[in-house]
Amino acid sequence: MMKKSAERIYLLVIFLFLYLPIMVLVVLSFNDSKAKVVWGGFTLRWYRELFSNSAIMEAFCTTIFISLASALLATLLGTLAALGIDAMRKRGKAIMLGATNIPLLNADIVTGISMMLLFVRFTRLGFGTVLIAHITFNIPYVILNVLPKLKQGSRTTYEAALDLGATPLYAFYKITWPQILPGVLSGFLMAMTMSLDDFSVTYFTKGAGINTLSTMIYTEMRKGIRPEMYALSTILFLIALVLLLFINFRPAARKERAA
Amino acid sequence: MRKTLLLILGILAMSGLSAGCGKDSPNTLTVLNYGKYIESEVLDMFEEETGIKVEYEEYITPENMYTKYKAGAIDYDLICTSDYMIEKLISEGEVLEMDYSHIPLSENLDKAYFDFSKSFDPQNKYTLPYFFGTVGILYNKEMVDESKAASWDVLWDKEYAGKIIMADSVRDSFMVAQKRLGYSLNITDDGQLREAQNLLIEQKPLVYSYLVDEAQDEMIAENAAMAVVYSGEAGLALEYNDKLAFSVPKEGSNMWIDSWFMPKSAKHIENAEKFLNFLCRKDIARLNFDYVYYATPNNRVKESLDKKLQENTTVFPPTETLENCEVFKSLDDEATMRYNLYWKEIKSAD
Amino acid sequence: MRNLRRQLLAGPYILWMAGFILLPTLMILYYAFTTTSGHFSLLNVSSITFSVHLKSLVLSLKLALACTLICLALSYPLAMILNKLKSKSQGLIVFIFILPMWMNFMLRILAWRMLLSNNGVINSLLGILGLPGLDILNTPKAVVFCMVYDFLPFMVLPIYNAMARIQKDVIEAAKDLGAGNVTIFFKIIVPLTMSGVISGIIMVFVPALTSFAVSDLLGGGKVLLIGNVIEQAFMQEYNWNLGSGLSVVLMVFVIASMALMNARGDEGGGTFT
Repeated sequence: MMKKSAERIYLLVIFLFLYLPIMVLVVLSFNDSKAKVVWGGFTLRWYRELFSNSAIMEAFCTTIFISLASALLATLLGTLAALGIDAMRKRGKAIMLGATNIPLLNADIVTGISMMLLFVRFTRLGFGTVLIAHITFNIPYVILNVLPKLKQGSRTTYEAALDLGATPLYAFYKITWPQILPGVLSGFLMAMTMSLDDFSVTYFTKGAGINTLSTMIYTEMRKGIRPEMYALSTILFLIALVLLLFINFRPAARKERAA
Repeated sequence: MRKTLLLILGILAMSGLSAGCGKDSPNTLTVLNYGKYIESEVLDMFEEETGIKVEYEEYITPENMYTKYKAGAIDYDLICTSDYMIEKLISEGEVLEMDYSHIPLSENLDKAYFDFSKSFDPQNKYTLPYFFGTVGILYNKEMVDESKAASWDVLWDKEYAGKIIMADSVRDSFMVAQKRLGYSLNITDDGQLREAQNLLIEQKPLVYSYLVDEAQDEMIAENAAMAVVYSGEAGLALEYNDKLAFSVPKEGSNMWIDSWFMPKSAKHIENAEKFLNFLCRKDIARLNFDYVYYATPNNRVKESLDKKLQENTTVFPPTETLENCEVFKSLDDEATMRYNLYWKEIKSAD
Repeated sequence: MRNLRRQLLAGPYILWMAGFILLPTLMILYYAFTTTSGHFSLLNVSSITFSVHLKSLVLSLKLALACTLICLALSYPLAMILNKLKSKSQGLIVFIFILPMWMNFMLRILAWRMLLSNNGVINSLLGILGLPGLDILNTPKAVVFCMVYDFLPFMVLPIYNAMARIQKDVIEAAKDLGAGNVTIFFKIIVPLTMSGVISGIIMVFVPALTSFAVSDLLGGGKVLLIGNVIEQAFMQEYNWNLGSGLSVVLMVFVIASMALMNARGDEGGGTFT
């Protein structure tokens, strides 16, 4: 019994550690006092200022667009690559997997800087360079999620379908695709998460006037206290909560029914 | 299958959302400016009135600006920065001449500041003054005595350990030590520079943090007793917290002027001229003044201020203060590298 | 034949890698080993031995190590407790630990700044309780605090996943054969979760070693990590050769520490799954 309550307390402490900072931001977002961390009455002022701040709203749009587009393109390239790698012989596979790990394990700052050096030499920094950079660091997550599913799936069914006269495309759609779909989806989600949360790579590859939320908040924070940021935190927290609830519990419920 | 459909629908909805925010126009203007140095509403107004999309980018220190520009990764049309950096860029042939006849409202600017600008733009060919001011100590009257704040010595006073904010900018930080030692701001002598460096290393344990734009809010929140800030930051801070006061120490300080110029990379000269003209317009310059709170060279704006503000010595430094101040000159590459290295050593000292 | 055609599907990816991974790496190597005028030089790389740079590298290693150890110490018991929970509530609890990760990285830093500043939330609470204030903002401690907060999920999840994979019958069998709890822990649980621990360590140590944003925003300009030195070389000093040289050194450190970890554990165990 003692042990059980000790475990409970430990969970609670970690829970507080994780959520106290977020709660502080949520509370401060309703606080009608700018500079000090003293309660100055309830207000929705910071939310109004947040929504009327075109720079923040633009950064919000850019972030969503970049993470969606980069995750989609990375999923496309990565899934194709996984199919190709899966067909390779052992040696080629090892080389490809090794290369795939590089951007995954390399330091963000080095990835960002090396891309900046390349872009500066051959083109101008802008929206496109950020997108390319995000796609690049996203692809490995897709490949690493799709490959295991390909390994699990049986090749024989696919080949049997071909022998029975199915076109490769039809066989792929009917047999391989359903097998790898969960991997593709989780790869997509992970790529999107990484892209949403990235700061360093964007910081080095972005052009003038282009900001994702991370780089925008970074510049704003270096200018001083911005209560709009608290309001933004609250909203992002709610969005994350709803999205994660949706992703985590809806499909799970359905899977149980299917089983 | 339903799951896939749902996901695709979700993606479509979200991309619709993000497409809704994208507004693309080829008619643009790329501007590079200090942080907190323009009222954001002004940018919106300019876009609305002219249909020119402003791609606005900020930097923190002049060295930061120089790097961003020299990287050549972005074609800036218009840059605002400080005297010595402009001098450096002019000497490198990076600045375009300005046609003032295309900026008719530049008449609103006081002639005196064009004369002052001659120190870095000898023939008044390249620049348009934006704001000017000094550097001094913003302090909390309840924690620091007025007489003490009249000298840079107070920044080395152990009584205030952990309550001092220094400038996070090479030249500004060195300036404090150099003035305390009685040297010029523009020394390149290694021995003197080392002396200043040692002074700053000696000070480091007392420093709460090295900041630029955040210093103002930290002082308003009373997280520190004093901070080395630009005069305008102080002016604004005094409005928010009446326990604060500003002093330009008696040993002298730096007087600076920030101006606009068009770099060689400019692709939209006409738009840049429109923007500069817009900034000189009385109502716009007033909006910027109210937000930035540095001394404005714009006569129309100064006339429109109430008497008390016009005589505010924090915002508009009096001549006797200015006479005691020195202007930064640009340094050669070797000296710049030495300043950078010594500054890094200060930052990594224990 | 068919196989070869399928291999071609990896073609676009290979081209992409050549253009955006290989080429940039070559660029950074080129800058690292040349001077501004384009001559070959080892100075940029060897400048890591300058006392300023060496100091910042050592500090980065120290902080990253501290951060990794704290994360590990917090995560291991946590993963064990989570693993023991009834499977019904497990999903929810794991969800609780992922959620903060979906908040923007920068906002998490902002939160810590508000908590730790001189007149911040923690100090106000301590003041009410009549306790002395906590002066850790703008010190390396604050940086470690925030990094632990940021990277904790990266440690918890792989360890938890490894634990969830342990078959219950293995433990039952050990019990039947008379093994005590301690024996089971060291002989079964620890070895079987090693792959998770190792990927956790890599996923925490590398970003902690190379971060510059946390120290920038919570170090008050007083905590100079190797990431900050590199960032400043690129963004303030306009010395890309120096920045690239130090980046190469950093890259070597990252690869070396990873090789060290991988040599310890078997295959490394994959990242998340």
